[in-house]
Amino acid sequence: MDDFIAARSQMALSMAFHIVFACIGMVMPFFMAVSHYLYLQTNNITYRNITQAWTKGVAIFFATGAVSGTVLSFELGLLWPKFMEHAGPIFGMPFSLEGTAFFIEAIALGFYLYGWDRFNKWFHWFTGVVVGVSGLASGILVVAANAWMNSPAGFDYIDGQYLNVDPIAAMFNDAWFSQALHMCIAAFVATGFAVAGIHALMILKKQSNDFHTKAFKIAAIFGTIAAVLQPLSGDISAKFVAKNQPAKLAAMEAHFHTQKNAPLIIGGIPNTETGEVKYALKIPGALSFMTHGDFNAEVIGLDQIPKENQPPVAIVHYAFQIMVGIGMLLMAISFAYFIALWKKKNWLKKDWLLKLFVVATPLGFIAVEAGWTVTEVGRQPWIIKDVMRTIDAVTPMPGIIYSFYMFTAVYISLSFIVAFMLYRQIKMVPQLYDLPKTTDKKP
Amino acid sequence: MIYVVIIFLWTAILLYLILGGADFGAGILELFTSDANKKKTRKTMYRAIGPIWEANHMWLIIAIVILFVGFPKIYTTMSIHMHIPLVLMLLGIIARGTAFTFRHYDAVKDDMQEVYNTIFVYSSFITPLFLGIIAGSTVTGKIDPSATNFLDAYIFSWLNGFSFAVGLFTVTICGFLAAVFIIGQTPEKSERERFIKKAKAFNVMAVVAGLLVFIISLIEKIPLTTWVFDNWPGTLAFSLATISVVILWCIWKTERTNLMRFLAGFQVTMILFITTWKHYPNIVLLKNGDALSLLQEQGSEKTIDSLGWALLLGSVFILPTLVYLIYSFQKTQPKSV
Repeated sequence: MDDFIAARSQMALSMAFHIVFACIGMVMPFFMAVSHYLYLQTNNITYRNITQAWTKGVAIFFATGAVSGTVLSFELGLLWPKFMEHAGPIFGMPFSLEGTAFFIEAIALGFYLYGWDRFNKWFHWFTGVVVGVSGLASGILVVAANAWMNSPAGFDYIDGQYLNVDPIAAMFNDAWFSQALHMCIAAFVATGFAVAGIHALMILKKQSNDFHTKAFKIAAIFGTIAAVLQPLSGDISAKFVAKNQPAKLAAMEAHFHTQKNAPLIIGGIPNTETGEVKYALKIPGALSFMTHGDFNAEVIGLDQIPKENQPPVAIVHYAFQIMVGIGMLLMAISFAYFIALWKKKNWLKKDWLLKLFVVATPLGFIAVEAGWTVTEVGRQPWIIKDVMRTIDAVTPMPGIIYSFYMFTAVYISLSFIVAFMLYRQIKMVPQLYDLPKTTDKKP
Repeated sequence: MIYVVIIFLWTAILLYLILGGADFGAGILELFTSDANKKKTRKTMYRAIGPIWEANHMWLIIAIVILFVGFPKIYTTMSIHMHIPLVLMLLGIIARGTAFTFRHYDAVKDDMQEVYNTIFVYSSFITPLFLGIIAGSTVTGKIDPSATNFLDAYIFSWLNGFSFAVGLFTVTICGFLAAVFIIGQTPEKSERERFIKKAKAFNVMAVVAGLLVFIISLIEKIPLTTWVFDNWPGTLAFSLATISVVILWCIWKTERTNLMRFLAGFQVTMILFITTWKHYPNIVLLKNGDALSLLQEQGSEKTIDSLGWALLLGSVFILPTLVYLIYSFQKTQPKSV
């Protein structure tokens, strides 16, 4: 592994790790706020217990997300100094605003975690909502910065110089909306299904049923609504990528030959040498229709992209298939859940529905990781599309491989510890919350 | 607007040094506390920093964002030549933040607590050590962008006695800040006396480490004494800091805990002032005698303008809420869990 690949791997690893915590940190506060609201309205102690149990989860995930985010803000420079030297002043605006949003989130979290029975109860509840809103704002801003790399704006690139810098125009680049929308909904899908899945498992194990049933419902409603909306935002994203980054789209779809009435290629093994995709399911005209709204529209294939500007096809194609496949599956589960809620109430008691949710626990996050793989690998070989190549941005320092090994070890151990802690939190639910207590337990 | 940005950068560094420093200090104090008192110290400290510790570390993010948006060349030069100490500092930040949270939120309190404690105290020591090493290295003039071999470019840029002494000095200051801060957090007399003792010890250690910095600067031919004393603001700040140390030693026995905190914060402010004033607007001195200047390496005018406005806008939201957060939890101590 050379230093360049090591640097890319370290960045990918750091992002893959951070995104899980970032998603949970920005979505869970909303679940918490709903449950907290129900407690304030109904005075049902179970909702208070759920809120407090989730709050502990949020504290763990937020702290891990905050440190891994801090690491990323340094890694941008540690690994990609040439990129940051030019890009920093251009796409820095969302980061400057994100600093504020993140700060507010940390302050609000301080109020929320330690504010039980201390402040006016609605003020306390409100600080929880602020945690969620500022977390979501942070997420949108960071994604806007990433979108700039896919759709550079707010400067003129003349003779290798970055002139007429306009940070506001850079922030509102063409890709920011579709990317931020897609990511925010994805965060709700992934977190909703992960949380619902864990509670579904506990219901199946017949533990603290009232607690887990109520918790499951809140998470499941968030996750399923988001899962049904996600294909719409995916459609917006796909149409934008087709226009803005034809190379990325072609790699996603393993679409080698420019053609009208282009087929949608599902699955298969793409061969970059021959430009063929073996064993794939092909739906004629579907790709043209999905990207341009017209079955006869021409879709640019990889043959129009110079070889040195093509992203790796197989990885992007598979990642895209995984993301879409999971998206469809989660949407199907969501519809089943809606039918259960409105038409067939007895389904809610059935094991098979809960089992479906248990199976779906990790799927949302797998889709998130796959989606980021599509965005990031699909942009290669560019770090700033059509402006700077990733290989020209990498640090001159040799031996990045060791740093990669070290961060891998750190992140793997952290993942284990967090999983272990989560397991303990869940295991302790009956002991902490089943018996009514005379003194309330505060997180 | 560039001056607004520079003031924000300086203030963010100062607040990180004071608030984040006190926070690191909490772990350093724990490291230097006898086993018998560890549990109690931990409890008092948790009550003191629990609600605000996440916010304390946001100042680092603010400073780093200002650097990479406003002064990209400074950020990238440091990122390249300080790569190794930065990575070690980051490992410290990861270990510390997670261990602190894990030990509090682990649902089962068993042997794992000891693991979290150990990680927490050592990373609380290592992180400010490397922060100090990086800070010291900005003025040693060992950073050489034209270096061609690995050692000169990536190792000797930071591995020298002076930087290391600055690192130790930073650690002692963190311990000192935490001890002074915590005196006012406990109503118990015996506890309070224990923390006063700690504060005194760390103050002495800080002075010794400070002397060490001066001595090594002489050995390694870094004109530190000239930088501090050849100009009146530096000399004045040095004298004021010294006077405030004397005052502090006079009031240990009193109940004036807020004055103690103020004096400790004031000393740190003076130290940062002394070390940055002489070189301003330069903040990184290079081997060839050049320097990276805040006024020369700034991004385009529009960038600085929007950065300045973002910071001003941000502080409208942040400062009142942060003050209210600190105020709320000072007024009524967080109940222990």
